[in-house]
Amino acid sequence: METLLNDFSVGLFVMQAVILLILILLMRKFAWKPILNALDERETGIEDALKSAENAKREMENLQASNQKLLQEARTEREAMLKEAREIKTKMIEDAKTEAKEESEKLMQQAQASIETEKKAAIADLKSQVASLSIDIAEKVVRQELSNKDKQEQLVSSLLGEATLN
Amino acid sequence: MNKNYSILTKKTTAKKVCSFDLLCTFAQILESTNSLLSKDIMIAKKSITFIAVLVLALVSFKSFAGDEGHHDKGNTIDTPKEIKEYIGHHLKDAHDFHLFSDNASGKHYGFPLPVIVWTSKGLKTFMSSAFHHDDAGHIVVEKGDVKLTKVHSKIYELDAGATTVNFDAHHHPTNAHKVLDFSITKSVFGMLLAGLLMLLGFTALARGYKKGKKIPTGFGRVLEPLVIYVRDDIARPNIGEKKYRKFMGFLLTVFFFIWILNLLGLTPLGFNVTGQIAVTACLAIFTVIIYLFSGSKDFWAHTLWMPGVPVVLRPILAVIELIGFVLIKPFSLLVRLFANMTAGHFVVMSLIALMITLKEAFGPVGSTGMSLVLALFISVIEILVAFLQAFIFTMLSSLFIGMAVEEHDHH
Repeated sequence: METLLNDFSVGLFVMQAVILLILILLMRKFAWKPILNALDERETGIEDALKSAENAKREMENLQASNQKLLQEARTEREAMLKEAREIKTKMIEDAKTEAKEESEKLMQQAQASIETEKKAAIADLKSQVASLSIDIAEKVVRQELSNKDKQEQLVSSLLGEATLN
Repeated sequence: MNKNYSILTKKTTAKKVCSFDLLCTFAQILESTNSLLSKDIMIAKKSITFIAVLVLALVSFKSFAGDEGHHDKGNTIDTPKEIKEYIGHHLKDAHDFHLFSDNASGKHYGFPLPVIVWTSKGLKTFMSSAFHHDDAGHIVVEKGDVKLTKVHSKIYELDAGATTVNFDAHHHPTNAHKVLDFSITKSVFGMLLAGLLMLLGFTALARGYKKGKKIPTGFGRVLEPLVIYVRDDIARPNIGEKKYRKFMGFLLTVFFFIWILNLLGLTPLGFNVTGQIAVTACLAIFTVIIYLFSGSKDFWAHTLWMPGVPVVLRPILAVIELIGFVLIKPFSLLVRLFANMTAGHFVVMSLIALMITLKEAFGPVGSTGMSLVLALFISVIEILVAFLQAFIFTMLSSLFIGMAVEEHDHH
């Protein structure tokens, strides 16, 4: 302890105090302050950059999501349009078919009707012709038959016979 | 005695656990610096080989000199007593910058430093070369009306009328008294050198940022992680996010100051600045002043009138706490640094001296080899200790500051 105290130099202590004080002040002013400020600045810069990168990433994701959504919408719309078109197509075909059917049915009915009337007319015509023909024939037959007196009597008697039987 | 011992062992185990943690962090730093320097690793390897060759050459030179040592002329140091004195001399501050000596002819190489002393007749300045390397009070320098002499690295003023120094049994001068010595001693020179290195290195780093470069280049790449390390691993966790900024100037300066001085002490220049108790005391007192003057209301309340304990005990606690903060904590700070660095220098020099002291027992080759291996091993550890002590000093300083500025939540 005694040697320690003996070794303690007051002058060295004072010199050290002065040098250390000056050194601290100089280093603070010219080294530590700018260095620490620069470090802080850099660190906040890095933090900001990371944050903005994160934001950009999130925005990108949002954008991608909305893109996806738009795409999805477009797809569904296309799908719907296609479906509608298909429906319209089938409906049109269906309509055309039914219309054609109706038309043809109508035509057929008309044709049948005209055929019927034609037939009827033909039949009537035929009837009248048959009647006149048969009258002609009957006239001719009667004329021939009634030219002979015997035959006339015979006929009357047969007819009379028939009538009595009835 | 026994009780004391057990307390001591407890403390040392706690310290060991602590230092293991520190070792881990240190290893991490080394790793990060390594990865930073991976580009320059080839150059580093080359320079390491160069240094190794240089060390080998020096060591062989020294052993050669030891073999050729003459007892009759020069100042060859080859007896245990001389070695002990030499080491003791090295551990003290010096007034001239001694580089090496030609031991055969007794010639010293180095340069003198200015001596500035406050005597009874006012301020006296002269160069240390006036003492002609004398350190035993043989040479008396007359400056005007005062007679000055140097004994064991201390400058004494002779009492009026005396012409030579008389010593008592313990080799203390009896007719001279110490003067206030503001000389640029070797330690002051070392501090100035360290300060200059710091200013150059870190202002260069700061200028780099100012130029708009976001990332430092060159040597700044090594310095920046260290600054960040002090900020993020020493100051922030101990002082707290809100208040650490105010103390960064002191903590960073002290950390690099101590580290650079510790490392300078490992160079052949032979500085032992952090092994001067005046230097460590000054550093510790700076810490004390800072934390006492920035103490929060809570800190003083808890120190002087501890809430939650019986009123009778409060004054006793206050005395204990005050002694703790004002005396014990700074004392532990200053003694830790001082003792570690002094012991380190002592061990390294003693191990180097092994090649002389063990020459009788193991022969020149054996003792030199042993000394080389052991000194190399201890030097590596001392490099670690150099960092560790700077780290511990800064760490404890910030811990004490953290205690002082802490604001408790009121329950």
